[in-house]
Amino acid sequence: MKKVAIVGVGQTKQEASKPHQSFAEMLYEAVKAALNDANMWFDDIGNVVSASSDFWDGRTISNMAIQDVTGTTYKKTESKVASDGTYATVYGMMRTLSEYYDTTLVAAHCKGSEGNTRIITNAIFDPLYQRAIGLDAISGAALQARRYMTKYGITEEQMAKVSVKNHGNARNNPYAQLPMDLKIDDVLNSRMISDPLKLYDCSPISDGAAAVILASEDKAKEITDNPVWIRGAGYSIDAFYLTDRDLAECDSLRAAASMAYRMAGITDPGRQIDVAEVYDSFSYQELMWTEGLGFCKPGEGGKLIDSGRTQMDGDLPVNPSGGVISAHTVTTAGLVRVVEAALQVRGEADKRQVPDVNTAVAHGTSGYCGQGNCVIVLGREK
Amino acid sequence: MSDEYVTLSTKLAMPYRYVAGVIGSKFFTELRDNKKILARRCPECKRVIMPPREYCPKCFSVKTDEWVELSGEGSIESFTIIRYTEPKIQPVEPPYAVGVIKLDGTDGGLTHIIGDVDLDKIEVGMRVKAVFSDERRGNILDIGYFKPI
Ligand SMILES: [Zn+2]
Repeated sequence: MKKVAIVGVGQTKQEASKPHQSFAEMLYEAVKAALNDANMWFDDIGNVVSASSDFWDGRTISNMAIQDVTGTTYKKTESKVASDGTYATVYGMMRTLSEYYDTTLVAAHCKGSEGNTRIITNAIFDPLYQRAIGLDAISGAALQARRYMTKYGITEEQMAKVSVKNHGNARNNPYAQLPMDLKIDDVLNSRMISDPLKLYDCSPISDGAAAVILASEDKAKEITDNPVWIRGAGYSIDAFYLTDRDLAECDSLRAAASMAYRMAGITDPGRQIDVAEVYDSFSYQELMWTEGLGFCKPGEGGKLIDSGRTQMDGDLPVNPSGGVISAHTVTTAGLVRVVEAALQVRGEADKRQVPDVNTAVAHGTSGYCGQGNCVIVLGREK
Repeated sequence: MSDEYVTLSTKLAMPYRYVAGVIGSKFFTELRDNKKILARRCPECKRVIMPPREYCPKCFSVKTDEWVELSGEGSIESFTIIRYTEPKIQPVEPPYAVGVIKLDGTDGGLTHIIGDVDLDKIEVGMRVKAVFSDERRGNILDIGYFKPI
């Protein structure tokens, strides 16, 4: 099969709020950065796949309002994925592979500051059987965290280590919202939000945008000498009702990863992958996702963080950018993982660069408690 | 900083009428009128599906065909204590406990409130039983909460 390459990336700083920009103006900044990066102009783009959420944008078919800033008005098609930007990347890859378009702009945005996170995420739940209980993204995740701790003996200290590591890494990332110098005790002593999750176990909700330009194999070589190849992509989804799942397991991530690894020819992910950017909305999730991505066995995410392997100076750094726990722009955070993983492969991640990256993984989730997962393997070689 | 910029504070108040369908209507009617909790059995794999659904999520091929009456007892697989306040979505004043409750005789269960309990005493594996609300309206809060037994 022919491959698709990332030939341009762009992102805005993720912040608690951006009152000087509408969501479209904010997205323009990311799109323009990606075009500049690829040395392209709007007219050079074949089509657009966007990722955003009507609930978060506070309007119906909210992608109707981004046509001007993605250069599609009167010119070309744009299709929206109402989910995480990693899925938009995979659809963009498929459109490019179809050979109908030789370039695809993938663009994601969200302004978490304009809505109410608790009310919006409560509306994910089934209106008849679940919603009236008052669950939302945080309390749902808390149920998963406790189940994970119960089944595998994961400790609050191990969860806190993720928060310390990632907020620390964010100090090297000018685009992250919450660079912080935390100690484990700071996390453990932070305010209880929804047991066992404390303030510093939880991501903030951010405003931000990201963009990636994809090109076919032949086109990529015309555009850049430094393409980042999509070596593999996979996605999968778990059951909807929390009571139909074992919340300590990330079966859909395992399935997504194995699909992506098969395509990329990866047989020993813990050794063959040099760096990973994962969707850690909550501290414990990074531990679970490293299991799901096959960096360790099921239940050993706690041991993995204890080993130091996922630290910046370890052999498999996870979230050099600071991760989602340091900046969480909904529907966009997965595309930010793709941008960051691509920068790592290019060796252009500045102060957060991991040495000698050949292969990087970007991971996105959708739904509560990581119900849906998407995995993208990027590499210097095809 | 944000005072420099104009902000429009408003609401999108959108009414919905979510239908419960044939299966859900039976479930909520029995809950309201007879304080019965019903689940649905799959004729192929024999799973007892809760919340009840018309189709088995594993088998797809045939409709579930049998109602199973539950004891209302189960055990707490996980729980959390919600400590923040959001009156628009919360049925009771926080702090309150919510659990993943595996119901006896089913392959699923309900996420529901754990009540009539000292919040510090809730444990995983604890046995609980449904307590019905006095005034029942045909919705999931006809079970007021699950109480440790
Ligand atoms: Zn079945």
